[in-house]
Amino acid sequence: MIISKKDIPGFLDKLISEYQVFAPVQEGSFTLFKPISSGTNADLTAANTKLPAKEIFFPQSEKLFSYNATEEGVKVEEVLDEQKKVIFGVRPCDARSLVLLDNVFDNDKFQDPYYLTKRANTIMIGIGCNTPLSTCFCTSVNGSPFDTKGLDLLLVDIGDAYVVEVVSDKGKSLAEQAGLAAATDADKAAAAKIKETATITCQVNTDGLKEKLDTNFYWPIWDRIHEKCLGCGACTYLCPTCHCFDIVDDAKDCNGCRVRNWDSCAFPIFTLHGSGHNPRTSNKERYRQRIMHKFKYFVDNFNEIACVGCGRCINNCPVNLDIRAVLEDVRGSEARLDS
Amino acid sequence: MKNPYLPLPMKLVKNFTETEDKLIHTFTLQFLSEEDEKSFPYMPGQFAELCVFGKGEAPFGMASSPTEPGFLKFSIAKVGVVSTALHMMEEGNMVGVRGPLGNYYPVDELKGKNVVIIGGGFAFTTLRSLATYMLQPEHRGDYGDITVIYGARNPGLLLYKEELAAWEQNPNINLVTTIDSAVDGWNGRVGFIPSVTEEVAPSSENTYAIVCGPPVMIKFTMPVLEKLGFPDERIIMSLENRMKCGIGMCGRCNVGGKYVCKDGPVFTKAQLNELPGEY
Ligand SMILES: Cc1cc2nc3c(=O)[nH]c(=O)nc-3n(C[C@H](O)[C@H](O)[C@H](O)COP(=O)(O)OP(=O)(O)OC[C@H]3O[C@@H](n4cnc5c(N)ncnc54)[C@H](O)[C@@H]3O)c2cc1C
Ligand code: SF4
Ligand code: SF4
Ligand code: FES
Repeated sequence: MIISKKDIPGFLDKLISEYQVFAPVQEGSFTLFKPISSGTNADLTAANTKLPAKEIFFPQSEKLFSYNATEEGVKVEEVLDEQKKVIFGVRPCDARSLVLLDNVFDNDKFQDPYYLTKRANTIMIGIGCNTPLSTCFCTSVNGSPFDTKGLDLLLVDIGDAYVVEVVSDKGKSLAEQAGLAAATDADKAAAAKIKETATITCQVNTDGLKEKLDTNFYWPIWDRIHEKCLGCGACTYLCPTCHCFDIVDDAKDCNGCRVRNWDSCAFPIFTLHGSGHNPRTSNKERYRQRIMHKFKYFVDNFNEIACVGCGRCINNCPVNLDIRAVLEDVRGSEARLDS
Repeated sequence: MKNPYLPLPMKLVKNFTETEDKLIHTFTLQFLSEEDEKSFPYMPGQFAELCVFGKGEAPFGMASSPTEPGFLKFSIAKVGVVSTALHMMEEGNMVGVRGPLGNYYPVDELKGKNVVIIGGGFAFTTLRSLATYMLQPEHRGDYGDITVIYGARNPGLLLYKEELAAWEQNPNINLVTTIDSAVDGWNGRVGFIPSVTEEVAPSSENTYAIVCGPPVMIKFTMPVLEKLGFPDERIIMSLENRMKCGIGMCGRCNVGGKYVCKDGPVFTKAQLNELPGEY
């Protein structure tokens, strides 16, 4: 199927009448996913948004329930967002990050109804990346600029129009409802050509990385690799696969609500015990945790690397601690430092 | 889909000052209905997220045993926001309980075995649950000898004093209490838990050791158990990493790839040997 670029606003307007539609919009110097009220608001020129699409399913701050607690009893009211949603213009790396997060929020023992309800009620329309950024390394971590994992429809930009690839049944019925025209053979060929020529220039060699992490927890590499890190947590807050959170009460008298907020393994109090003991006393342990979690523990638990190569942590770290260089360093680490 | 974040309202029926320093209180919470109680089927070693509405929630191990119906008991040290708010609560107040969470002591695997329970300080809570469970007449026959070694800095810091007195008289359990240094009127032992364990622990043959306590106590008790011939598969511990969600999602309690809240808190020493020492 195909949709001409000039028809996109109209296509979105139709969706807006039935769904809450999110698309990248310009806000100051940032591009962010926001609910749009008009199809013309979508900004499809930007590469990756500042914050990942994860935010829609797992917001920075989310009310879980409200309560009224008195001597007589407690009334608890669950706050579930069941609105049908469409995410338009999501990049393949962000879409794939949600497939990874599904493992966490729907684990072997518990289901998170807040995240999973939104996931179930959302249609994901992605746009492939014709010109990936220099910091994108999705192909090194099992992704690609036209990867369809986590998407219902994938749009391929062929100049004046997008060739629409149907990925799922949900996507198929949405495309049919919208009455999209069939793509000609020439359009399809153009899309195939684009896919071939879009290249990720940046490669990170991950051969043997997991095996190294399986054994190097106590090696000297960790004494040095974190040294630049300020522990600011920016990398974790902007990462599409980070999922740490805190749960707090926001209350006045007996009325209040329980809220969850993003948290970060980069912060010292994250693991501080009530006794004052802290299993991760310094930045060394905390930075090691970030790398171990993404490239070893997640792989052990779910058979996938918990990094989609979006490059946000590289672009936003105030001290330019580049995860690509870190991984290379870890891969080459030795049990003893050469003296 | 069951929402694991929603608390079950429970009524505080007793706020009891457990230790002489007043820093540990034992809270008895009552279920509001039989249906609520059925929705909370738990085992010794499990924990719950207890909440004070308006203050927040924190994880605490159940000190009561499932063989004691109608209520839950928690013994809680005053260290921060939630625990302090709990200490100040009055009988009749409402709290929230979310759980049961985590795994439990392997009460089935322990069947036919001798069990030595070693506890230090106020980490005795879930060990009390376990001992009470095994002492229940319908369970007692499942287990061999039960020995409890329990120590605190001084007699005033021992939890469950009335119960300890009853266990002293109970032929079904061998209780050894110890304090760090001698005081008048103390008839139990004097000495640190590792050395007392070395003296009084039963043979390691067909025996499991279950150990909870502060890190230093654990550190010095482990070599003793090893010397006594306990294999790592029969040494059981319970970890207390900082937790929030209790359901393996918030990411703060992991030791290596294991989430203490969901995959623990009960681990054998053999299992912990496979993980980095981040606890
Ligand atoms: C499985 C499990 C079972 C447990 N069982 C028991 C039990 O039976 N009994 C018991 O007493 N405890 C138990 N604990 C420990 C208990 O969970 C903690 O003591 C509890 O979380 C304290 O909660 P709080 O809100 O009172 O403390 P918090 O307010 O969270 O404070 C805890 C500590 O962190 C520090 N802190 C908190 N916030 C900050 C900040 N912003 N900046 C700097 N420092 C900060 C505080 O000074 C304090 O030292 C258990 C823990 C686990 C994981
Ligand atoms: S953004 Fe950079 S400085 Fe901040 S925590 Fe991450 S690695 Fe450290
Ligand atoms: S670790 Fe960095 S590159 Fe990888 S997904 Fe997270 S933010 Fe993107
Ligand atoms: S307490 Fe949240 S993951 Fe264990």
